[in-house]
Amino acid sequence: MSSTIVPFGPQHPVLPEPLHIKLVMEDENIVDAIPAIGYVHRGLEKLTETKEFTQNTFVVERVCGICSVMHAMAYCQGIEELMNIEISDRAKFLRVIWAELHRMHSHLLWLGLLADAFGFESLFMQTWRDREKVMDIMEETAGSRVVISCNTIGGTRRDLTKEQMAKIIATVDDIKHDLEQVEAVFLNNYTVKHRLVGVGVLTKADAIEYCTVGPMARASGIVTDMRTTGYSAYGQLDFEPITHNDGDCYARTYVRLKEVYQSIDLIKQAIAKIPEGEHVVPFKGFPPKGDVISRVEQPRGEVLYYLRGNGTKNLDRLRLRTPTFANIPSLLKMLPGSQLADVPMLILTIDPCISCTER
Amino acid sequence: MGIISKSRKKSPWIMHYDCTSCNGCDIETLACLTPMYDAERLGIINVGNPKHADILLVTGSVNKRNELVLKNIYNQMPDPKCVVAIGACACTGGIFKECYNVLGGVENVIPVDVFVPGCCARPEAIIDGIVQAIGKLDEKADAMKKVAK
Repeated sequence: MSSTIVPFGPQHPVLPEPLHIKLVMEDENIVDAIPAIGYVHRGLEKLTETKEFTQNTFVVERVCGICSVMHAMAYCQGIEELMNIEISDRAKFLRVIWAELHRMHSHLLWLGLLADAFGFESLFMQTWRDREKVMDIMEETAGSRVVISCNTIGGTRRDLTKEQMAKIIATVDDIKHDLEQVEAVFLNNYTVKHRLVGVGVLTKADAIEYCTVGPMARASGIVTDMRTTGYSAYGQLDFEPITHNDGDCYARTYVRLKEVYQSIDLIKQAIAKIPEGEHVVPFKGFPPKGDVISRVEQPRGEVLYYLRGNGTKNLDRLRLRTPTFANIPSLLKMLPGSQLADVPMLILTIDPCISCTER
Repeated sequence: MGIISKSRKKSPWIMHYDCTSCNGCDIETLACLTPMYDAERLGIINVGNPKHADILLVTGSVNKRNELVLKNIYNQMPDPKCVVAIGACACTGGIFKECYNVLGGVENVIPVDVFVPGCCARPEAIIDGIVQAIGKLDEKADAMKKVAK
């Protein structure tokens, strides 16, 4: 049978971002998928070499607007390790609170986009309505909705008052109540299950072979979560990585949905345990020298920062490997053999962040 | 007001293209359509096909790779059409202005009618930008009528 090439993207209604994949089709079936990336490439890693290491916090936040807190957190942790800065316990807990709020808004955003991709418009609206409550907390505590710039080298730029913390707890409880109603639709609805169950199966062996990270690996039964390494204040909090064994789109939805509850739980634990103290320590001494690797769990998986300082204000090299970059090979593994109608589901369930991937 | 100009004014269809945005402005653009801000109450509908769209929303600066894609999308839209540049990057290049792969703001490639500043631009500002673009759309339609006469 002769094959045809169907382009997916760079402008596609399912994904707000320009991902371009050439799908080689035989009838309705995909036989091959050729990715073409570079539409969002800006040259951010090179830019960080021309800026001072203190200014870079704001640059790395703009690697990706959805998980900006985690990027800044990984960068700051790396620089703090190079310069031997010991940040206060309070700053560690504050970072965890903001990071988990970010994870919540990212997962809720993804659940909404998933609902939109299979044509369930009202479910999309419902999840995004819940997400706005998280955005309100961000605005109230950090002054901005998306890129909140709360991390800085030596701690956090802002502190949380007791009233703000009480309000955060009240709001996440409210979200939990709303989400319980939406959860039933995502996990038990007959039509939704038809689009998700058994679609795009990634076996555990494949996931290991293709070095899958994050919720996608956890949905294939691999217990991996960078938070269990105990960076920041995660070592003092009690949680277990959420896993599922099926490896299909349904499993990935299940893992991300349950992780929202996990984040709610972590925020409550962090607020209960947060000590008093300074939220930022002033740092002195020479600029960073030597190299370091810093790893943080993003909503999409593990992000790796490699920093090399040379003792001047500018870094020699900043290299980052983002979770979507690691997950694209497994997407290309899943695509051949599936139907054209399932392609939006497959691409969406890896939770692609193209601006992270291409930087 | 004729039926065509009325429908254009009361229900502008938008299309969104992400050039090299960090996603911040993209998700704020999507947030405009959801219950909290609800741009659909103004008749604004997000469409995926440039041939159906009246207003093009562009987020992020232009780079060498997506320059042609953006031009293609713009040329496929029927007249009268408007372009709204959302966020600091789309307006001037923003923080990425000095990057080697970035050509600067959107106006270097296609004509821009409304600039929405901010990093990230707030949903209120984006909706206001769209409303201003509707006014420009009307002016452009009148100018087209005069040329036709």
